[in-house]
Formats: sequence, structure tokens, C-alpha cells
Amino acid sequence: MILSIVDSTLLLGSIGTVAAGVLFLVSKRFYVYEDPMIAEVEEVLPAANCGGCGFPGCKAFAESLVKSDDISDLFCPVGGNDVMKEVSVLLGKEVAEKDPTVAVVLCQGACEVRPKTSLFQGPQSCAISALVFGGETDCQYGCLGFGDCVDVCDFDAMHMDEETGLPVINSDKCTSCGACVKACPREIIEMRPKNKRDLKVFVGCLNQDKAGIAKKACSVACIGCAKCEDICPKDAVIMKDNLAYIDPLICTLCRKCVEVCPTHSIIETNFPPKKVKVNKTENPNQAQA
Amino acid sequence: MLKTFPKGGIHPTENKITAAKAIKRLPVPKVVYVPIAQHIGIPSEIIVDRKDNVEIGQVIAKSGGYVSSNIHSPVAGTVTKLDMMVDSSGYKTQCIVIRTDQKNEANFQEPDFPLKREITMGQKEILQHISDSGIVGLGGATFPSHVKLDLKNDNKVDCLLINGVECEPYLTADHRLMLEKADEIIVGIQILMHALHIQEAVIGIENNKKDAIRVLKDAAAIDKRIKVAALRVKYPQGSEKQLIKAILKREVPIGGLPMDVGVIVHNVGTVFAIYQAVQHDRPLIERVVTVTGKKIENPSNFWVKIGTPINDLVEEVGGIPEGTRKVVNGGPMMGKALKNTDVPVTKGTSGILVISEEEASRQESKPCIRCSNCVFVCPMGLEPQLLMNLSEKGFYEKAKAEDILTCIECGSCSYVCPSHRPLLDYIRFGKSIVKKLETAKN
Amino acid sequence: MAEGRIIVSASPHVHSDRTSKRVMYDVLIALVPAFVISLYVFGLPALVLTSVAVISCIVFEAVIQKYLLKTEVTVSDGSALITGVLLAFNLPSSLPIWMIVVGSLVAIGIAKLSFGGLGNNIFNPALVGRVFLLVSFPAQMTNWPTPFENNMNMVDAVAGETTLGIIKEGLLYGETMTTLASQIPSVTDLLLGFTSGSAGEMSALALMLGGVYMLARKVITWHIPITILVTMGVMTGIFWLADPEQYANPMIHLLSGGAVLGAFYMATDLVTSPMTKKGMVIFAVGIAVITVVIRLFGAYPEGISFAILIMNAFVPLINSYFKPRRFGSKIKAKIV
Repeated sequence: MILSIVDSTLLLGSIGTVAAGVLFLVSKRFYVYEDPMIAEVEEVLPAANCGGCGFPGCKAFAESLVKSDDISDLFCPVGGNDVMKEVSVLLGKEVAEKDPTVAVVLCQGACEVRPKTSLFQGPQSCAISALVFGGETDCQYGCLGFGDCVDVCDFDAMHMDEETGLPVINSDKCTSCGACVKACPREIIEMRPKNKRDLKVFVGCLNQDKAGIAKKACSVACIGCAKCEDICPKDAVIMKDNLAYIDPLICTLCRKCVEVCPTHSIIETNFPPKKVKVNKTENPNQAQA
Repeated sequence: MLKTFPKGGIHPTENKITAAKAIKRLPVPKVVYVPIAQHIGIPSEIIVDRKDNVEIGQVIAKSGGYVSSNIHSPVAGTVTKLDMMVDSSGYKTQCIVIRTDQKNEANFQEPDFPLKREITMGQKEILQHISDSGIVGLGGATFPSHVKLDLKNDNKVDCLLINGVECEPYLTADHRLMLEKADEIIVGIQILMHALHIQEAVIGIENNKKDAIRVLKDAAAIDKRIKVAALRVKYPQGSEKQLIKAILKREVPIGGLPMDVGVIVHNVGTVFAIYQAVQHDRPLIERVVTVTGKKIENPSNFWVKIGTPINDLVEEVGGIPEGTRKVVNGGPMMGKALKNTDVPVTKGTSGILVISEEEASRQESKPCIRCSNCVFVCPMGLEPQLLMNLSEKGFYEKAKAEDILTCIECGSCSYVCPSHRPLLDYIRFGKSIVKKLETAKN
Repeated sequence: MAEGRIIVSASPHVHSDRTSKRVMYDVLIALVPAFVISLYVFGLPALVLTSVAVISCIVFEAVIQKYLLKTEVTVSDGSALITGVLLAFNLPSSLPIWMIVVGSLVAIGIAKLSFGGLGNNIFNPALVGRVFLLVSFPAQMTNWPTPFENNMNMVDAVAGETTLGIIKEGLLYGETMTTLASQIPSVTDLLLGFTSGSAGEMSALALMLGGVYMLARKVITWHIPITILVTMGVMTGIFWLADPEQYANPMIHLLSGGAVLGAFYMATDLVTSPMTKKGMVIFAVGIAVITVVIRLFGAYPEGISFAILIMNAFVPLINSYFKPRRFGSKIKAKIV
């Protein structure tokens, strides 16, 4: 019996040793040299693996940063300027500095203002329903409401609002990776500059139909009346195809266009409520008391 | 033994409830909406303006390129506007809106052309005339006919196949046309054979149209080169690749055209339009449309002017029945569901099908049980279940390798799936992405 | 229009009558003749066995889906019901109830739900349950009850062993087919089911009736069952012709050991069998070869359960390699 124990120990032991030896030789033979800098750069990156940089994962981006001589057009939207500065210090190469941006859903045609006139049956996906027709409402430019953008967000920054049927973006969590912009078949989501208090002014519509048709489909549609273009002191409004567009790089957030828009199509976000003016000359007795 | 294609196919209920109804003429509409994108290829370019007066058959939009087609005014009247309107694609497209001149008698005369057998035009003239007359494939694909008939010089086309199959359930437009205009169709075939130097023609008809088979056989007796082939009733026999396989036993190679196996295929409606254009100088301004549905009061076949709003057709058969939930432009297997009935009739509209509540709703989709019914019925030898998975999960390169682009979108797979999976929805989506990736590469 | 909005969807706008519920019901109907025979031969225990298996399969599926996986409960699609019936048909009717429950748990919980539920399992759940029980409780799983013990007395009931079991043991101990002939049931008995074995595999005739029903209803195609039986017949026939004393008659092989049950009901399980006709034939040949090898040269008297499970593992490979010929491709068979 002891002999069989010895036998089996020797046999298994030798198999194990041989296998270890083979693995050792193979690892030496097929060794791939990797620049240790790549691992260092990867440490600095946010490890989101979202693809926002245009590369399949942070490791691939790190490789590209290390291997390319000129990295001025490479940028990590999740890490932003801070991370790119660290990379610049590590590699001694110059990096671009970009203003922070955030994703904005341009269509504001919620269910109550943009009634649904048909029912889509099939896979509840925006991309698939876009192949069949222009959407359940009479506006073929607006949000389809099936949430492809929400599904694709890696950072939990989006959710579908049940009541309005529109996607909602949490600006704090949004890393500007661009996945939702690509996922939308209507190109409704746009990257706009992000400022400290997250103040935004944009035209909440993409409808290119003429005024009457647009208004019939959605009561907050842009009817192309161009009142906003007329009143803008900085010429930040561009009119094209019966649609207004506010250029965020020129706009100074004065909000004159918001007041003047007849369909309330222009949206302002995160502004403090307007102070009510008090007329001092109305009651002279008050000053005395 | 009736001829048929060996691979795949299904047998949906035929429901040819309008098969015995002679084609009536729909009253001329008060307004026509003529879209500029009624064919495969480049949309036509509008050459009229608002307030222009137009005659019947006048060119109102000219061909926008090689793969394009002229569009002619179906009525005599005034152009009121050039507007964006929703067409059967579900999206808005540029339309020429013409108000019919109620006082112009030409609009209300029934065109009555006596049969003209003598072919006087030369070959080049015929092809030019077909191109000028705005003729596109009326089987539903709307491919510009002059492009299909443009044989490169050393091409060996030895057979002309005429598609009288009409395999889609409910539709009977081609059937009635074959019964009522058989002689004209034969002349049309002779015109094509003359223009292309082809010595053999076969008309394929499914065996559920025995009267049409008989009538065409009699009409074809005058020309020994034209034969009639009765085909087994199986969907999608009307697909041109399956038709060529069934009648001539030739297979169009993957990525190829019927020309590659020496064949040209034309729908009977197109052939009739060619006859009208060449013998009577009449451009394509009207076509036969079947208006049908189980609850429709008076389902019928009509001669309809291009641009007629579908609403007019539905009113003529007794109005939208109560409980309607779906209106389909075309047949139930490949037709397009419409959002409303303001959509106009175009060159590709072969039928309007009104479906009621019970049949309209899709059932809930369940997980795939790998029953392989979809694989067994696919006429192109594909694996729809696999293609749906690949498209859903984003493996577009692999989908291309699995020949997703050869799918003819016949719908047999979705039809048989016991779990009601949206196979064709995802395959179409996969095809669109693969095509996009291909054009991006080139 | 009606109260509801107009529906827009992609084509096709009609659907065949075929639904997964109908497919399941057809399979159940096909199993009825075999069930009747099993009641006739084994009486109440067979009813208990089947009921326990069915109820525990359904209960386990509902409980696991609702509380463990927290997904939708899908017992109404009938697949758990069929797994229960097929599992029962593969077990001896004398099996203790708690073992039946364990078998159901393994079949549903491990073989089906842990792989992803309906449509995602690789191995036939009923067979996984059966093989698990066989390996864990070999004594009880091979304690075949005497037929007709509880019913009207019939002639020539063999106690405690299946046909193939008797043959295997007998040949091992030096007997020949001729000497064993008196101990094993006749071909008629095997056909009709007056023999010993698991609850469902008794009557080849009843099972084949169900098989024909399923073929007629287009639930299965002929490729798998016929290929299995033909290949088995040919293989065992060759051996039998070579030495009729050491190898049993092919008819005995085909009609016993659950060959017909396996060929028509277990191997043809839609989820775990290949998706193309070519693939199905390869699959069936593999099953037949492995079964015959186990039966003639292996330790077990019958091996179709193992054979099917082994070939189940090859099905994804078979699906990748044996694709249907694409229309318009020049090669006859598309082998990737």
C-alpha cells in the first residue's frame, strides 16, 4: 500500500514538475515586452473603459498616448483637464486643454405637449423604430422615447422620465463620454459647454417643418419665427430650415430669447428665480415707518 | 409536377377575396400628392412651380441621375404647392400637390386604347421611350426599368421571365390585370423581346390563379416563343431569385443580379405599362391597386391615379371599418404599415390592406426555443435566429460573414416563429448597420 | 379608428398559428399513449411518480424564478411540465418520492435555470436529472419494479431487471444469447410494453405512436429519430451477424433500454438539438454510435442517456460547422 502511495506521489509530482517547466519555457519564449510607461499612464486614467476617447478601453488609450509622438488631439472626456495634465507631466508631451462639456437632450416635446397619434409595436428600441417610421407622434424629428441613450450610458447619468417620455441627464454624473450622442438615431443629444452653476440656454426643439405643421405636432415646437434671432444682442442664434439654434460658444446667457419665444421652445436651466421688482415711489409713508 | 423553389417557403392563408372583382376605375381625386421619391435610386428633380398649369402626362419631375425616373402628372390641373408630406416610408418627403381641374374633360375620360399588336419602334427607341415614360418595377420594388433593361454590350441574356406570381396574400392586382389585359401583356412581352434580342420568354403564375393561366396560355398561343409556367403556391415564389430558380433552375449568385445567369425578370404590371408607353405613348400615371381587408364592406380592385390619397380609396370601398387598428400599404408579408390614410398612392403601391383589432396586434415576444423553424423556412438558406442574435448584440462583422446582406426581407422567419420573436426587425437593423459600415470602409 | 391608436410595426403583419404553447401541448399529447401504458403496467406508483415529478418541476421553477433570480415566472409556457413528465418517464416507478424531488431540482434548477432558462440550456434537463440520480443513487435507480404487481396478473413478468441488464450480466457470466433467450421478453412484449424498465420506456409502440403524431404536427422532423434507430440497428446488426451468441438481436436493442424514448423525445428536444438538418443527422449518428458502444462494451447495460448528453455538448460546434447552404453559393454544402 505504501508503494502505491509512493508511486502515485512520484507520478503526479513528475507530471506537475514537467507541466511547470513547460509553462516556464513558454512564458519565456512568447514573452511580449510592454513599455512600463503604459501601465503608469493607465494608473492615472479614470478606468471607466467607456470608449469616449475613441479607443477600446483605458489600456488601449494609454498605449496610444505612450506610442504617439503628438498627443495634442487625444483627450479623455471622463478625466478631463486634470487627468490630461497628469499624463502630460508623466510623458513630457503637450496636451490639449478643453472646456468641460455636458450632454444635453435638445428635444423637449414631452408626452403632454406632443401627443402620440400611433402606437409602435416591435422591439422597444429607438434605432429599430427609426427604421420603420418617424415615431409615434407627428413630429418626425423628436425624441422617440424608447431609451437607447439611457441603455448605453455607462455612468448611470441618464434615466427615462416616465411622465414626459424624455430622457433626463444628471449633469453631475455625466462625463461627456459621447455614448448617448452616438446612440441616438435622431441626433437629439448634443454636447454643450458646462459652466460652474450648470446654467444652460438652448432651443429645445429640432423640428424643421413649417410653423403650422410643427405647432400642430407639438405645442412647444420651434416655429421658425426668428424672434429670438432678432432680439439676440450677440447674434448667437442661427436660423436654418424653420429651426433656431443657439451657438453655445457665442451665447452669454442673457435669456432675452427665452422671454420672447412665443411657443416657449427655448429652455433655460438652473437659473435662480427672477427677483420681483419693488416700485419704491408707490408708498411714500412706508419709508418713514 | 408543378415547378417550385426547393429551399424554404411558407404557406400563409391566401385570402384572395378580391380575385373575382373586375378592376373598376376610381373617380379622379380632387387633389393629387405626387412624391418625388417613388422609386429606388435618386429622387427626381421638380421642374414645375407653384401656379403652373399641367397636362395629363406632362413631366413634372425629371430623372435625378442614372438610377432615377421621370415623374408625370396624373391629372390636368394646377400645381398648388410643393410640400413635405409623409409617404409610406413613414417619413416626410417632397411632394408636388396638384389640384385637378374639374372643368377639364380630359380628366374624366376613360382612356380606351384598342389593342395594337404591331411593333413599329426600333430597339434603341423602345428603351429610350421606356426611360422617358417613367416606368419602374411595379411589383413593389420600383426599380427603374430602363436601368434593368440596360444590358451591357456583351451580356448573354437568353430568357425573359414575367412575374405573374403575386404570392402575397390578399393582393389580386396582377391577377386581374392578367385576366383583363392578357393580349396587351403578350404584346408588351414581344416589345421587350424585340428590344433585347431575347428569343425565349416564360410567364410564371401561381396555381391559385388557374383562370389567369388559361387566359394567358390562350393569348400566348400566337407566339411560340412565349410560354406560361404554372407554379406551386408557396410564398415567396414571387421573389425574382426564387422565380428564376423555380422556372429555369438557375441560381443567382450571392451579391449578383439575374443578368448574371442570363435572365431578366419583369412584373406583369410593368410589362403592361411598357405596352402602354411604347404603343400608345402613355407614361406611367396610374396603376392597379387592390383595396381589401376582412371587414371592408366592398373590397375591390381599382385603376388609381398616382398621387391619389389612400383615404379616397378607402372611402370608395365603404370607409374605414370599426375596429381597424392597422392600414398596410402592400401585402401583409412585406407591406408597410401607415400612420394615417393621408399617404398618397405611389408607383409601388400594389394594395391597401385594412386589418382589424384581432389580427393587428403583435403578440408578446418570448425567448427563442431553438426550434429551427426559421432556418427551415428561409428561402435564402440563412439562419434568422443567429442573425437576430448577432444584430441584437452588436456583432456586425460576424453578421456580415453570415451573409446577412443576402436576406430578401420576405418575412417568412417572423411568420413561423412560435415564440413571436421580432426576427425581421433585428435583421433589418443589422443590415442597415452592416451597410453603413461597408460604405464607411469604402 | 378604434379607441386604441393606429398600430405601426415592421412587416410581416400576419403570423402563423404556430405558438410555443401549441408546440408544448403537442408534445404532451404525444406522451399520452406511453403514459397510459405505464399506468397499465405499473399502476399507482407510475401516477405518483409522474405527478410528483411534474409538480416539483413546476414548483421549483416558480420558486427559483421568483425569489432567487427575481425574474418573471414563466411556468405557464409548459416547458417545466414537459421536463417533469420526461424525467418521470426515465425513472423506475419504485423510486422514493424524495429522490424524484431531488431529480426535479437538479433538472430545473441546475440543468435549465442556471444556464439561463428556456432556450439557453445546453443539456437536456430531464436527462441531467436522471443521470444525476443514477450516479448518486445507483441501487434505487436500478431497482426495477415488477410489472403488473399492482395490476391484473399477466404472464412472464420479469422481476427486478431490465432486458438489457439481464443480457449484460448473463453474457458477463458466460451465458450465451441462446441460453438467455428464455429469460428475456419476446419482441412482442417489448413492443407492447409488458416488460420491466423505467416508467416511460416500456412500450415502444406507444412511444412510436406519439412520435408519429409529433412528426405529423411538424413539432419534430424525421432526421434525428430515424437516423438514431437506423444507425443503432445497423451497428448492432453488424455485431449480431458476426457473432449471434455474444450479441443481442438488433430488434431487442431497438425496442429496449429507452432507445425509442430517447430517439423520439429526448434527443429531439428542440433547445438542445442542432438547428440544421445536416447537423441533426450528424448529431443522431453520434448518439447512436456512443449508445451502442456503451451497451456492447461499456459498464452500463444501456447508454442512450449518456450518449445524448455527450452529444448535447457538441451541438454548438455542430451548429457552427454544419450551416445550411446559402442560396446562390456555389458549394454544395457549406462547411465553414
